[in-house]
Amino acid sequence: MEVRVVNVRKEFERFPALHDVSLDIRSGELIALLGPSGSGKTTLLRLIAGLERPTKGAIFFGDEDASQKSIQERNVGFVFQHYALFRHMTVADNIGFGLKVRHGAARPSAQEIRRRALELLDLVQLSGLEKRYPAQLSGGQRQRVALARAMAIEPKVLLLDEPFGALDAQVRRELRRWLREIHDRTGHTTVFVTHDQEEALELADRVVVMSQGRIEQVGTADDIYDTPNSPFVYSFIGESSSLPVKVENGEIWIADRPIGLQAPHAPSGEAVLHFRPHDVELLDGCSGCIAGTVAASRRVAGTRRVELEIGGQRQRVEIELPVDHPAAQKSRVAFRPRRWKLFPAA
Amino acid sequence: MADPEIKSYEPHHESQSAAVTESRPVKAVLMAIALAFLAIFLLLPLIVVFHEALAKGVGAYTEALSSPDTRSAIRLTLLVAAISVPLNVVFGISAAWAIAKFEFKGKAFLTTLIDLPFSVSPVISGLVYVLLFGAQGLLGTWLKAHGIVILFAVPGIVLATIFVTFPFVARELIPLMQEQGNGDEEAALSLGASGWQAFWYVTLPNVKWGLLYGVLLCNARAMGEFGAVSVVSGHIRGLTNTMPLHVEILYNEYNAVGAFAVASLLAGLALVTLVLKTLLEMRYGAELAATRGH
Repeated sequence: MEVRVVNVRKEFERFPALHDVSLDIRSGELIALLGPSGSGKTTLLRLIAGLERPTKGAIFFGDEDASQKSIQERNVGFVFQHYALFRHMTVADNIGFGLKVRHGAARPSAQEIRRRALELLDLVQLSGLEKRYPAQLSGGQRQRVALARAMAIEPKVLLLDEPFGALDAQVRRELRRWLREIHDRTGHTTVFVTHDQEEALELADRVVVMSQGRIEQVGTADDIYDTPNSPFVYSFIGESSSLPVKVENGEIWIADRPIGLQAPHAPSGEAVLHFRPHDVELLDGCSGCIAGTVAASRRVAGTRRVELEIGGQRQRVEIELPVDHPAAQKSRVAFRPRRWKLFPAA
Repeated sequence: MADPEIKSYEPHHESQSAAVTESRPVKAVLMAIALAFLAIFLLLPLIVVFHEALAKGVGAYTEALSSPDTRSAIRLTLLVAAISVPLNVVFGISAAWAIAKFEFKGKAFLTTLIDLPFSVSPVISGLVYVLLFGAQGLLGTWLKAHGIVILFAVPGIVLATIFVTFPFVARELIPLMQEQGNGDEEAALSLGASGWQAFWYVTLPNVKWGLLYGVLLCNARAMGEFGAVSVVSGHIRGLTNTMPLHVEILYNEYNAVGAFAVASLLAGLALVTLVLKTLLEMRYGAELAATRGH
């Protein structure tokens, strides 16, 4: 099922949580809403689910306007960060709950409900645990039961709110791979919220980066990482360094020196240069480069992070050097970013 | 895929460090004081009640209990409890639901209001009903004109009892529901349950032990209430005397066996309540621990 969010605005007691957000989610897609806390990602997910109503705008499921429908009518599978399993019911009863509460002819027989529950339990690789209570399961197992429960109602869309947020790192990685497999096998349109960029980039077909109630960028992991379209995305995704610069006639300057980078389409004036610390070219001499004094140097796994002080303003930037590179021993290092982007000065 | 080991949820034992443990004599003295206090103020009176009730033999005891006035008092007490407890259950659940699950203006005020019966002397609350419904009261003339009798009759007693037992269920449920939050209900709704189904299958089972505990306390108080009921009842024998009021009347008439026989029933009720309460606390405590582990 394809989901379209059209110009949605959401206010909580006059305080806007989302400003005019639009998003097209393709059928069968696994999409991540990524952002820091307070960016509105969970609000967007809850609006799609029907747990909140938009202040303005509409949400379409296929061609149908779902905005005025209740959560029951929308038929979405929602997985909560803290599982929200019914603690007084067994695992099998939890999974069968959505079928049990149906009315009349839509309600399968008790046997059928049980059969479906066991089938789903098998899908989430928890066969044999149907008689357990949630308190007798580990966190990872609970989250898988929660997913099975959400899938039991054959939802049009699966929505997951920080599904792995409460789990420890190793379980999280395993569940991530497992969720991808389940998604590929069942083909549900799936939206999940996360603040973990690694999770989003690794798991999702497309990532929606959000900040302060707005969508900053939508794209594949490659798009987002290689061509960030805003200073926020640049600094939020991956490592990044930035320097205030000046543009004059298509040439980039730091203080009174050109640094050998051309920006023919940029307007002249103040700007901010963004680049990745590992994506730099080290230079010997310096005619047209960025040069700085080494202020600190740290060994990080297979590379060395060097903090440089640039120019009279003593602007600090970080770059990465190979561990055995001779420049690491010097007190002055010259470099030029290989890949970079200019943004207007804030 | 390897699962992390299933965690066992053992009850948490507080380990005591040597630094906070008192020496043996101090411990003995503290325990002796506590036990002596319990014996003098709780156990002794209880023994006296049963002793006095049976002072003239079992025959006199059963005879005292089977007198028409006593039986009418027992019936009235049961009736009052049967009306006020269910009403307070309904009120308690609604109030707790509203306070725990929604944000609205005046929430703090409502919470304070629920506590009011605890902070006001029961006699005062009885007097308020007299001022409201009495012949000279605010609504007295109107009630008289329409032939409605509240004061010095069963309705007055029920109203006073409801007022006094108002907080028991609500106070028990509010913190429990607040701790549990909305997550389970939202999950139920997202799975297609109606509001009623979510309440019936999810909310109610989640609070059932707390609810039972509240009902138990509410019932004990409803049957044992004296002050407020005394003011509004009018003490009409065989008509508006509840058990506690009847005990007082019998005692004032120097009918010790009768008074203590009825009192022994109330004491018995208290004992049963106490046992049930302890059992519930054991069960309910485990439930709460599971909630925290959840």
